[in-house]
Amino acid sequence: MDAFLWYLSWAVAIGIFGWVFRFVGQKVQWPSDKLNVYFRDMPLMVGIGFVFGLVILYVVFHYYFIDKSTFFRWAVQGFVIFAITSWLFLALGKHVGTQATRKVFRQMPLTAAFGILIIIIYAIMSIFAGVIAPYGQEEIFEKINVLPGGDPALGGDPRFPLGTDQLGRDLLSRLIYGGQNTVGIAFVTTILAFLIGTTFGFLAATLSGWFDQAVSRVVDALMAIPQLIFALLLLTIATAWAGSNKELITVYMIVIIAVLDSTRVFRLARAVGFNIVVMDYIEAAKLRGENLSYLIFREILPNAYAPLLAEFGLRFCFVFLTIAALSFLGIGIQPPLADWGTMVRDLAQFINFAQFSPHTAALPLMAAGAIALLTVAVNFVVDWMLHKSSGLKD
Amino acid sequence: MNTGQLLVKIEKIVIQGRSDEQWLPIINSVDLHLNRGEVLGLIGESGAGKSTLGLAAMGFARDGCRIVSGTVEFDGIDLISADAQTKRSLLGSRIAYVAQSAAASFNPAHKIINQHTEAPIQHGISSRPESEKDAIELYRRLRLPTPDEIGFRYPHQVSGGQLQRAMTAMAMSCRPDLIIFDEPTTALDVTTQIEVLAAIRDIVKQFNTAAIYITHDLAVVAQMADRIKVLLKGDEVEESGTDSMLKDPKEDYTKSLWAVRSFTREEKPLASKEEMPVVRVRNVTAAYAKIPVLHDVSFDIHASRTVAVVGESGSGKSTVARCITGLLKPSQGSIEFDGVPLPADYRQRTVEQLKQAQMIYQMADTALNPRKRIREIIGRPVEFYLGLRGRKKEERVRELLDQIELDPDQFIDRLPSELSGGQKQRIGIARALAADPKFIICDEVTSALDQLVAEGILKLLARLQDSLGLAYMFITHDLATVRAISDEVVVMKDGRVVEAGGKTAMFTPPHHEYTSLLLSSVPEMDPNWLTELLEQRGVDNIGDAAIDRMNQA
Repeated sequence: MDAFLWYLSWAVAIGIFGWVFRFVGQKVQWPSDKLNVYFRDMPLMVGIGFVFGLVILYVVFHYYFIDKSTFFRWAVQGFVIFAITSWLFLALGKHVGTQATRKVFRQMPLTAAFGILIIIIYAIMSIFAGVIAPYGQEEIFEKINVLPGGDPALGGDPRFPLGTDQLGRDLLSRLIYGGQNTVGIAFVTTILAFLIGTTFGFLAATLSGWFDQAVSRVVDALMAIPQLIFALLLLTIATAWAGSNKELITVYMIVIIAVLDSTRVFRLARAVGFNIVVMDYIEAAKLRGENLSYLIFREILPNAYAPLLAEFGLRFCFVFLTIAALSFLGIGIQPPLADWGTMVRDLAQFINFAQFSPHTAALPLMAAGAIALLTVAVNFVVDWMLHKSSGLKD
Repeated sequence: MNTGQLLVKIEKIVIQGRSDEQWLPIINSVDLHLNRGEVLGLIGESGAGKSTLGLAAMGFARDGCRIVSGTVEFDGIDLISADAQTKRSLLGSRIAYVAQSAAASFNPAHKIINQHTEAPIQHGISSRPESEKDAIELYRRLRLPTPDEIGFRYPHQVSGGQLQRAMTAMAMSCRPDLIIFDEPTTALDVTTQIEVLAAIRDIVKQFNTAAIYITHDLAVVAQMADRIKVLLKGDEVEESGTDSMLKDPKEDYTKSLWAVRSFTREEKPLASKEEMPVVRVRNVTAAYAKIPVLHDVSFDIHASRTVAVVGESGSGKSTVARCITGLLKPSQGSIEFDGVPLPADYRQRTVEQLKQAQMIYQMADTALNPRKRIREIIGRPVEFYLGLRGRKKEERVRELLDQIELDPDQFIDRLPSELSGGQKQRIGIARALAADPKFIICDEVTSALDQLVAEGILKLLARLQDSLGLAYMFITHDLATVRAISDEVVVMKDGRVVEAGGKTAMFTPPHHEYTSLLLSSVPEMDPNWLTELLEQRGVDNIGDAAIDRMNQA
C-alpha cells in the first residue's frame, strides 16, 4: 500500500509540474514566434511528457553515477556507443555511394541504420568466422572458467578476452562460430520455409476453389498445435531415426522447422495473393491465356515483394529463436558445434553470481545478448521497410 | 442574417506539398472572397488544387501540405494564427465539410443519427433529444425516404445517394455559416446525382448558408453556384458570375473546358441485316452464384461500329462484358464471334479466339502491373499472340506507342507510376491493340479521367476505329460520351435490355420511360436546367423515387 501511495504521489507531482511547465511557457515571451505558438498550442500531456522525461533522465543519472550499478552502466554505455556508431554509419551512407543509395540513406531513420549496421556486422562475422575467430570452436585449453575482461586481478586472462567455458574453450571464438551455425541454419531454414509457403500460398490464391480449401485446412491443422511442442515432438522422433548421425539430425531440424514456419508464410502469401489476384492486370493476363507459372512468377510475385520481405525479416527472427530454444533444450544443434542457445544453457548457472561478481554473470549474457541484439536489429529494419512499403501505396 | 456581408476572405495564399524530399507549390497566391449566403463553384482538373484551396478556407492543410504565406479570415477571425481551441470551436459548428465519398466518411460502426448528433452535443448547441428531432426534420427537408427511421440505420443499410444527403444533413446540424462540398456527387449515378443536387441546392438556400462547391463537372457547377472560379495547376484562371462565365468565358483555358462537350462524330449507317456481326450476344442469361444478373440479353456488334451499353451501376452492363470475355459462364444463351459460337469459359477458348477480343479497363491504375515497364506491358501480348521477339518485338512496341501518340524514346522504359492518368489509359489501349484484335471492350474507359483528357482518349479511339476497322463495345454511364462516340445504343436496367437502336433514334423521343429518365438526368450547361427540370418532372419524380415508381407500375 505504501508503494502504491508513493507511486501515486509521484504521478500527481509529475502532472502538477507538467501543468506548471506549460503555464510558465505560455506566460514567458519567447524571442522566436514559433516557440510562442508551440507553447500556446501545447496539449497538457506534452507538458507532462517533458517533465516525465526529466525524471527519467535523473533516474539514469542516479543509477549511472551514484549507484554505479555495473549492468546498468554496461547497458547505457552500449546504448551510447551503438547510437554514435549508427549515426556515423548513417552519415557515411548519406555522403558515399550512388545517387540512389544516398537518397535511401537520407530518408532512413536512425533505428534502421542501426539495424542494418548490426546485420552487416553479423553477416561478416558469420561468413568469415574461420578467419576472424582467434581459436577453433572445438579447441580446448587447460584454463577453465576464465572470466571475461582479460584482467588477471579479476580472474581474467588477456589471451581470452571473453573468457573460457567449463571445458576450457575460448568463448570469443565460440561466440563467432556460434553466429555462423545459428544464423546460417536459421537463414537456410527461413528460405526453405518461404519457398514452401509462398508457392502454396500463391497457388491457393490463383486457383482458389478446392485446392485452396485443402491446403488451408491442412495448414490450419498444423497451426492448431503449439509450435515449439510440436517441433520438440517431431525432433524427438527424428532423433530416433537419425541415430548417431549428427548431421542428419540438423537436416531433420531444418526441414521440420521450415515446414512448421511455412504455415505462417502460407497464410500471408495467400492473403497478399488474393489482394493482387483481383486486380485488373491479372484478369488481363488470364484473358490473354497466360499459364499458371507466368501468372504467379511474373505478375503476382513482383507485387508481393514488400510484404514478403518484411515477413522474411520477422520469420527469420522466430526461426532463429526457435533454433536457439531447441538447442537450449538440448535437441537442436549438436555439440561440439558452437551455438548461442547451447552456450546460454551451458553457462546459465553463472547468472546466480550476478550480485558478487558481475563479470561471472556476464558469461551467459554474452550469447543471450548476441541473440537479443540481432532480433532487435532485424525488427528495426523490418519496421522501416513496412513503413516504406505502406507509404508508397498512395 | 444579412446577405452580402463578407464571410471568408483568403488573400494571396500559397500552399506547398511535400513530395520526394522537396516542397512543391500546390496553390500560388490565390485570392478567394465569399459573402454570406453565396455559393462559389471551384472547378478545375485533378491536381488543380481545388480541394486544397477548399480546405484552406477552414484554415486547414492536409498532412504533407503547409500554408506558406497569405491570410485566411473567417468572419473576421484570422484562421492561420488562431490557436487550436478557437479553430476547434469553429469547425463543425460554424464551418462544415462534406466529402466526396459519404460511404468512406461515415463510421460504419455507428448509426447515422448518432453521428449526426455528435457535433451539436459536443459544441453544446443542443441536447441529444433536440438534436435528434432536428435531424429528422433535416432528413425530411432533404427528401430522404422515411425520414423518421432512416437515421436509425447503419451507413451500409442506405444507398449511396441517400448517404450523401444524410451527410449534407449532418453538415447542417449546427446551422453553419459555411459548408465546403468536395465533389459530393462525383461517385454517384446520374439519376441519383440529380436528387442530391436538388436537395443540396434547396437546403443551402433555405438556411442562407454560404458554400464552396468543388467539382470538375461544369454542368453541375452551373446549377449550384452563384459565382465560378476556375483553377489550373494552382493558379486562378478567371472568376465571374455563373451566367457571364457560361456565356462569355474570357480565357482560352476556360473556353477549351467549355468546348470539350462539343466533340461528336457522324453516326455511321446501321449495318445491313445480312452482314455477319463480329460479336453476337444471343439470349444471354447469367447469374452470380444464385443471384440472377442478366435476363435474356441480346445485341449485335458489327465491324467498324461502336455499340454503347448504357445503364446505372448494378444494371449488368459490366456483366455482359464478363460473359463475352468468358469470365462468367452464362446459364443460358451464347456468344458468337464471326458466326462461330465461343466456348463459355475463357480457359476453353483458343489463343486465336482470345486474341480477337481485347479489353480496356476503367481504372488504368489497377489494369497495368505497377512493377512492369511499358516495354514489357505492351511487349508481352505482341510476343504472346504474334510470336515476335527481339528487334521485331521492339519495333512493334514502338509502332504501337506511336499509334497512341506517346513518344517511344521517352516512354518505353517507364513504370506505370511515372505516367499521368490519361497516359496510363493510352497504354491500356496500346496493350489491347498489341493483340491485333477485331473487337475491343471499353469498360468505362473515360470515367476516371478529366474532361480534356477524356476527350483526347475518345478521339484516339475514334481514329483507331477508322484506320483499323475495330468493333467497340463501349460500356458507360455517361450519356455525353455516348453522344460523342457511339453508332448504336443499348440501354440496360436490372439486367434487361430496355431499349436498343441507332444513336439518333435513341436521342429523339419517344423513349422508354427509363431512357427518358436517364436522358433528362444528365446535367446541362444551362444554369436554369435543374429548376426547369424540377418544374417539369416534379420533385418526387427524379432519381431513386422515379425508379421506384417505375418498378411499381
